[in-house]
Amino acid sequence: MVDKPHLDEEALAELQDVMENEFPTLIQTYLNDSKERIEGLKAAMDGGDADAFAKTAHSFKGSCINIGAPRLGALCREAETAGQNERLGEVPPVLDAIQEEFQQVTDALNRLMAQGLEPERKQ
Amino acid sequence: MDESAAESDPLKILIADDSDSDRLILKTMLNRLGHQVLDAADGQEAVALFRSGAPDIVLLDARMPAMDGMEAAREIKRLAGERLVPLVFITSLSDAEDLARCLEAGGDGFLSKPYNRVMIKAKVNAFNRMRLMHQALSDQRDLMHERNRQLLEEQHVARRVFDNVAHTGCLNAPNIRYHGSPLSVFSGDVLFASPRPAGGMLIFTGDFTGHGLPAAIGAMPIAETFYGMASKGFDGSDILQEINQKLVRILPKDMFCCGAMVEADFAQNQLRVWNGGLPDGWLVRSSAANYRLPSRHLPLGILNADQFNAEMEAIRTRPGDRLLLMTDGVLECSNEKGQFFGEQGVRRAVEDLGSARHPFDTLMAGIRRFTGRKKFGDDLTLCCLEMVDEAGLVTLAEGAAPSTLAGPTEWKCVYEIQGSTLGEFSPLPLMLHICMEVPGLRRKSGEIYTLLSELYNNALEHGVLELPSDWKYTPEGFGRYYSERSTRLCEVSGHYIRFSFHHEPMQWGGRLKVVCEDSGQGFDFQNHPVLQATEMAQSGPRYSGRGLVLLKRLAESIRFHEQGNRVEIAYDWYF
Repeated sequence: MVDKPHLDEEALAELQDVMENEFPTLIQTYLNDSKERIEGLKAAMDGGDADAFAKTAHSFKGSCINIGAPRLGALCREAETAGQNERLGEVPPVLDAIQEEFQQVTDALNRLMAQGLEPERKQ
Repeated sequence: MDESAAESDPLKILIADDSDSDRLILKTMLNRLGHQVLDAADGQEAVALFRSGAPDIVLLDARMPAMDGMEAAREIKRLAGERLVPLVFITSLSDAEDLARCLEAGGDGFLSKPYNRVMIKAKVNAFNRMRLMHQALSDQRDLMHERNRQLLEEQHVARRVFDNVAHTGCLNAPNIRYHGSPLSVFSGDVLFASPRPAGGMLIFTGDFTGHGLPAAIGAMPIAETFYGMASKGFDGSDILQEINQKLVRILPKDMFCCGAMVEADFAQNQLRVWNGGLPDGWLVRSSAANYRLPSRHLPLGILNADQFNAEMEAIRTRPGDRLLLMTDGVLECSNEKGQFFGEQGVRRAVEDLGSARHPFDTLMAGIRRFTGRKKFGDDLTLCCLEMVDEAGLVTLAEGAAPSTLAGPTEWKCVYEIQGSTLGEFSPLPLMLHICMEVPGLRRKSGEIYTLLSELYNNALEHGVLELPSDWKYTPEGFGRYYSERSTRLCEVSGHYIRFSFHHEPMQWGGRLKVVCEDSGQGFDFQNHPVLQATEMAQSGPRYSGRGLVLLKRLAESIRFHEQGNRVEIAYDWYF
């Protein structure tokens, strides 16, 4: 897990290129979406619903990969596998890791946004 | 449609993904490529948008809430029907079984996360090409179906027109049996039969080179000519000449029509036959050996009028004699070994006839036995005419009620033909036509034609040509009569036959007076048995018993003048 970076700079650069001035909206959308997913994962774990847990983890994984957060994506994949195998007992440490990593990603993205917006501010 | 332009046309693309950020990325990428995007957050919404928006391509996340991607895919494919709407699954699935399920649900391919601009552009283009190719194929298929439908419809309309022109005439008469098996909507064979105004029948059967539309087009003028002329009283030879001339003019060089014309006179028990290019006809006789009627002429539509010989062979018959006519199809019937039924097959069937069996049934049974089939391959026409007494009764139906238009009621007319014209031309149709201008006479065309033809034939054959009618009553004399008739017709000169008509209105309807004069020797009408006795006696030297009896029956009065070469009749018609 440690070999994957928090953010894939290259992927984010491309996204920034594609989204142009909608890039901040995309990041905001991702962050909001992800908060909801984490809440969904908690609820599924508490409710003992392994299937819902796996599905939510799967979707979360997809958006992480797309946004360029590979380490968080990998953690989601771990969570998905646990859900698929109906081993919800193994889930709490993974979920903790996801929350911790999400915080890292949020900070990194906010930093990136601040940097990315700087040139505009200078104008 | 220009394909290259079509390929770069903007598309309407439906995307469905429950992840808001992923949807935003994909939508933006597709918009940047110039496409219009409909986006849905779950399966249900995707199906609804597919229904309302009719997109060209669908990109669908495999796992979604409300309706999962697989289920949405099945529903979308069902809604698309025959239209190919490429359906691409967006997936980060990697399990082979999961991917296989996507394809089974109707997916045409995959797009994996993370999204890559280059890959998305290439995929959309590839699936659009597939869509366009399918569209082109379906359009061509639809066009072909439509063309085919149009063609069939046109053929059916043409068939209706054709059937109206080339109707079956009096083929349903009890003394005619026939079989026709058209290969397609139009067969290259024709078979027409028409009663003659003065009794008797004309039958024409023909076989065009080729099948289908070209053959049917050639058959139309033949039908038109045959029925038109037959009802006006023209004889077989006249009609053959007209048909030949028409076909020479309209048909391409490599197209012609083999045919046979039969003129049946039931009252005189006589057949006149012309065969140009059809297989041998057969006269099946109960009391004498069967008589073969081979083709003696080239088919119709080949020779110019001056080379064409429409002379018909006259044959004496008896009631019960049956004439078989057939087209090539009969001879060309083949069995499993590829052998043809051929002339031998026909000859065998005709010779094997038991007295009880109808030759038509025997021949049809023979063909069925030979081919081992109920249906036959080629155009096959077989027609059998029986000589009977009653058949003479099949005459043209009395036409419609007289028109409210009065037409000519008081008129006179003299028509005289002279010299060599007597040998070349029959004035009967023209004279009948003049009389038919009177509405009251139109309903009586059969009787008028009979009167005129009796008068004319007697004036010509007995008055001008001086042929003794009693010759016709022995088999040897019969042949001699007709060969002598042809010979003398060629040499006739200095003679005339003159018809004078006078029509006047009467309280009860009208009266037509006809005077027929000829330049012949006349005859001793004073001592003619029919003119003396009320009942029919044997034939006399000039008017045959039958002819005179007919005249007496149809006309109000009949008078002979001079030496018997001037006959005057009066014919009354009633409202």
